[in-house]
Amino acid sequence: MTPLRVALVGNPNSGKTALFNLLTGSRQKVANYPGVTVEKKSGMFRVDQDKKWEILDLPGAYSFDTDSLDELITKDVCLGNVAGEREPDFIVCVVDATNLRLHLRFVLEVKALGIPMVLALNMSDAAKARGIKIDVARLSDKLGVKVIETIAVRKNGADDLIAEIKQNPPQTAAKMMDSTDYHAEVRQIIVDCVVMPSRTSRTDDVLDRIFLHPVAGLLILAVTMFLMFQAVFSWAAPFMDMIDSGISGFGSVVESTLPDGPLRALIVEGLIGGVGSVVIFLPQILLLFLFILILEESGYLPRAAFLLDRFMVGAGLSGRSFIPLLSSFACAIPGIIATRTIQDPRDRITTILVAPLMTCSARLPVYALLIAAFIPDQTVWSLFNLQGITLFALYAAGIISALIVSFVMKRVRRGLHTQSLLLELPSYRLPSARDVLIGLWERGRLFIARVGTIILSITVVLWVLSTYPTPPEGWVGVPIDYSIAGRIGHAIEWIFQPLGFNWQICVALIPGLAAREVAVSALGTVYAISAAVEDPTAQLLPIVSADWSFATGMSLLVWYIFAPQCLATLAVIKKETQSWRVVLIATTYLFGLAYLASLLVYQIFA
Amino acid sequence: MTNKYLSGMKLGQLAVIKNVIQHSEDDSIARRLRNLGFVEGEEITLVSYGPLGRDPLLVQIGFTRFALRYSEANRVEIR
Repeated sequence: MTPLRVALVGNPNSGKTALFNLLTGSRQKVANYPGVTVEKKSGMFRVDQDKKWEILDLPGAYSFDTDSLDELITKDVCLGNVAGEREPDFIVCVVDATNLRLHLRFVLEVKALGIPMVLALNMSDAAKARGIKIDVARLSDKLGVKVIETIAVRKNGADDLIAEIKQNPPQTAAKMMDSTDYHAEVRQIIVDCVVMPSRTSRTDDVLDRIFLHPVAGLLILAVTMFLMFQAVFSWAAPFMDMIDSGISGFGSVVESTLPDGPLRALIVEGLIGGVGSVVIFLPQILLLFLFILILEESGYLPRAAFLLDRFMVGAGLSGRSFIPLLSSFACAIPGIIATRTIQDPRDRITTILVAPLMTCSARLPVYALLIAAFIPDQTVWSLFNLQGITLFALYAAGIISALIVSFVMKRVRRGLHTQSLLLELPSYRLPSARDVLIGLWERGRLFIARVGTIILSITVVLWVLSTYPTPPEGWVGVPIDYSIAGRIGHAIEWIFQPLGFNWQICVALIPGLAAREVAVSALGTVYAISAAVEDPTAQLLPIVSADWSFATGMSLLVWYIFAPQCLATLAVIKKETQSWRVVLIATTYLFGLAYLASLLVYQIFA
Repeated sequence: MTNKYLSGMKLGQLAVIKNVIQHSEDDSIARRLRNLGFVEGEEITLVSYGPLGRDPLLVQIGFTRFALRYSEANRVEIR
């Protein structure tokens, strides 16, 4: 028997996803609807031993009278108009009981689709606490739809809903309304069925007065961001060390069990080494996601977007670009995926294009090596450390260039219609642990799935390039020098000579395309440091500071602010935009900026 | 009498929406505003401004708070 197919629809912030999480737990599947980057979430709810329902969590929608892709998909799925998607048997329409004026209008739109439905009056506890009295029976009668109270954040909060569906699953379409003036209809229903004491929630009033204050609000935002990054970097460190030693331990086990040969080298150096160099950033990325999820669930993130909107509009972005750009400090890939929340296609593309300019964690090993080699460890103005200032300047340079680039892009496309913000600021809420953890699991999985396949293929290709052909007997020099990558490195040396890059750097740039930090280990290979050494950076440090000029060091440092040195990012841009044009623009402008900036720096210092 | 707009409201002021001005035949922003509850007769309060140049605006309709830019607020007529 095919399981009953139930679609959850509702406004954003109705608690629809919390209800979905309550029903399906971790038994969720996340994919995309064919051909679009709209998330498709489904999961199984086990009714009893041998009976299951398939639950769909459709994208949140304010209205079906829309141009928004998310909302159109929601409508099409409900009507069974999406190829390969069976029409749902019925709809559970979720509304926030404290926000009926807005949400009921959408209920009327959903009803007009003519599909069997039941209404989940969610957050009924919050409504009671605020003194909102809803006559459920009367509401049900007026709407012609069964109305059930739910509390999605509570363990048994959906029991009534489940019992109702089990007993009499909605089968007949709800009776239609006489008029199509939904607003008037909603006003009448509210007059008839709801008693509202005061207009506003006092908590929201007080918190918004603090968090949205022009001075205090910005200050709180800055401090929150600072603490978040501090925590991301310091808390992740032990886990990263653990993963690092785990991977190298695993590598040496494999090395000692497999017979010597190209297969062993491919697995140990190519696969384990290459994938390991990216997996190591997982703790940072997950921690960052954790903080972002908590901020999101609490209702703070839209406030941050509100505070920053004017600044970001000035730079050609939107307040909604803030979160994707924030994620890009861990890694541009989740940042680019997060741009899905930006409705305006142009704002979205601009955000995607500048996301790689945010200093991701993979740049840190490169920065660490170069800063240690060329910037003296001294105190300036008896307070700041010169190395620390340099690192800060590199971060700032990335942000400032992103603002300039998006500003220029805005100018180039000037004269198009005005952009809209129209952002709902939901009530503040205490984040529920379950929803945060499920969200974290989901995003972590998406990241691994995205990165895993791409990184795997890229590292294998780059490993082959830097290994073959193997040097002949009696070859003086390092083997990588004889390989295709080595030859490419030598061949492109003339291009990078004006930037002060020697052939060793040019060769290391090639395997470094897998992930920026791979360039460090690749330099180690070029300078013939055994890969087995515990800390290649420490070995590399004296060589680099003796062999390279100060100007070369600075030039390479600046190169890494801009260079599109990460094929995985480019691959994700392709996947998310479905457009080679955007990939081409990103690659060209990043490469161009990197080249110009490094050239300038080298010529100044040389 | 000159027309009054949401964009010209004072902080904390309560007003009643008169109309959303449509800029073209198929004006998606006007449509969106109406669907979100910016319709005639609805009470609206200006709760707060963004920190720079009174933009964006934070308004409340019923229990819902919306952030909207000056250019959007400029097409909401009030009385």
